[in-house]
Amino acid sequence: MREELLSILERNSRIPFDELAVLLGKSEEEVMNELNALEAEGVICGYHTLIDWEKTSLEKVNALIEVRVTPQRGQGFDKIAERIYNYPEVRAVYLISGGYDLLITLEEKSLKEISRFVTEKLSTLDSVLSTATHFILKKYKDHGTILDKKHADEREIITP
Amino acid sequence: MTKSLSEKVIQIKPSGIRKFFDIVSEMKDAISLGVGEPDFDTPWHIREEGIYSLERGRTFYTSNAGLKELREEISNKVKRTRGVEYDPICEVLVTVGGSEAIDIGLRAIINEGDEVIIPTPSYVSYLPCAVLANAKPVIINLKAENEFRLTADELENAITDKTKALILPFPNNPTGAIMEKKDLEEIAKVIVKHDLYVLSDEIYSELTYKEKHFSIVSLDNMKERTILIDGFSKAYAMTGWRLGYALAPREIIKQMTKIHQFAIMCAPTTSQYAAISALKNGDSDIETMKNAYNQRRRFLIHSFKKMGLECFEPYGAFYVFPCIKEFNMTSEEFATRFLKEERVAAVPGNAFGESGEGYLRISYAYSMENLKVAIERLERFINKLRSEKA
Repeated sequence: MREELLSILERNSRIPFDELAVLLGKSEEEVMNELNALEAEGVICGYHTLIDWEKTSLEKVNALIEVRVTPQRGQGFDKIAERIYNYPEVRAVYLISGGYDLLITLEEKSLKEISRFVTEKLSTLDSVLSTATHFILKKYKDHGTILDKKHADEREIITP
Repeated sequence: MTKSLSEKVIQIKPSGIRKFFDIVSEMKDAISLGVGEPDFDTPWHIREEGIYSLERGRTFYTSNAGLKELREEISNKVKRTRGVEYDPICEVLVTVGGSEAIDIGLRAIINEGDEVIIPTPSYVSYLPCAVLANAKPVIINLKAENEFRLTADELENAITDKTKALILPFPNNPTGAIMEKKDLEEIAKVIVKHDLYVLSDEIYSELTYKEKHFSIVSLDNMKERTILIDGFSKAYAMTGWRLGYALAPREIIKQMTKIHQFAIMCAPTTSQYAAISALKNGDSDIETMKNAYNQRRRFLIHSFKKMGLECFEPYGAFYVFPCIKEFNMTSEEFATRFLKEERVAAVPGNAFGESGEGYLRISYAYSMENLKVAIERLERFINKLRSEKA
């Protein structure tokens, strides 16, 4: 049930317990226990809401930043990754194979603040060799969800 | 024009679903539980392959039997799922949906007056196809107490010295019933004893929720007498692509191919190219859709239990078949009132044969949101009926 439970929650973390139990064909208690275990083990790390900020009046600018770094002896990339991910404006940090090392996603109120972060905080770190910043112009799909698409049922109402 | 039309065709009744459809289509705001097709879009990699084949200009006929690569993939898939080998060169035929395979399969084996056994409730086209093939249809009324499975006794009792073939429609539309290995072993004994053909319509084979689908062709002495029918519509959500297939011994496929060749020429080329991608890369798509169906199935069965509506637990397809006999109305009366008073369309069980009378086919090829609203309305409706009765 573990994988099935997770795949339901990944799409809808607000689903009520009793409904979750029905969908999985388990008792509420079993589901509750499994869920507690998943949280305790850190498999479930949080419950978030997918928001299309474009549709609000709040200004947000998102950027992807590629970073090349010098790995540190004994700690590889972990130490430098930590120095970067501790900034709250950093939304994600991934270690990447290929042409660069770290991929950072950053969310700020304006372009200026992103550029300030890159020039003042990121580039000045000792082990950072170079950065390349890409601004996100439009989000079509995020977290597996197509943002601007309502799906109408175009099937015939009754078919054999 | 004074000359009359074909008596045989005139005698065929239009589908019972059609009649109900006409009522429904006047109600624009009705929500439906009435469709016999998946609510998912065809997975993108399959659609993309179809688009690519058009871009490449692959708009010609294929060979009558279908693209060789597709037939090979079909043969591989059947070997994987049924453990039976079919020669892609002469034992596989790509058809226009499973429906065509039913039609030409019957026409290939029937001589005038042969009897064809059709268990019902079942898909609406078996009977007219049998009639058009000049067979005499013999109906078995499946029973709710057997979870609408076919039993060896029922089969034995329907057999006469004219019996030619059995249509085996499992997993079943409209009941959701399946036949497990132990059930089929008993059926196979009777089949072999009376030397019958079997037309096994396994179009819902990928959608079973207990264990993996078991096919009668996997049993001894069955391949030689079975036309196995499956397709892409339900498994890969590809109904509109109109693509199915039949597998059978070469002598049967040879005859079927003749009819197919003269009536159809070949199945749609774009669909065939797309289907190759479905078979090669579509296993995980099936899994995803099946999981979603299964959750909805559990939700419906649970809801029926809660409202005290009698329903056996079906393990196949995407239908549940609750019993509405407690309300003392016919399926059509129930469905019509349900539609008019609660604006929900579900198909009356008798559209699938007389033995479906007293039942309702509810499809769960709908989103959970849709199902929840429909179930709320169903509960309100039957509470109203119960209080009317009291």
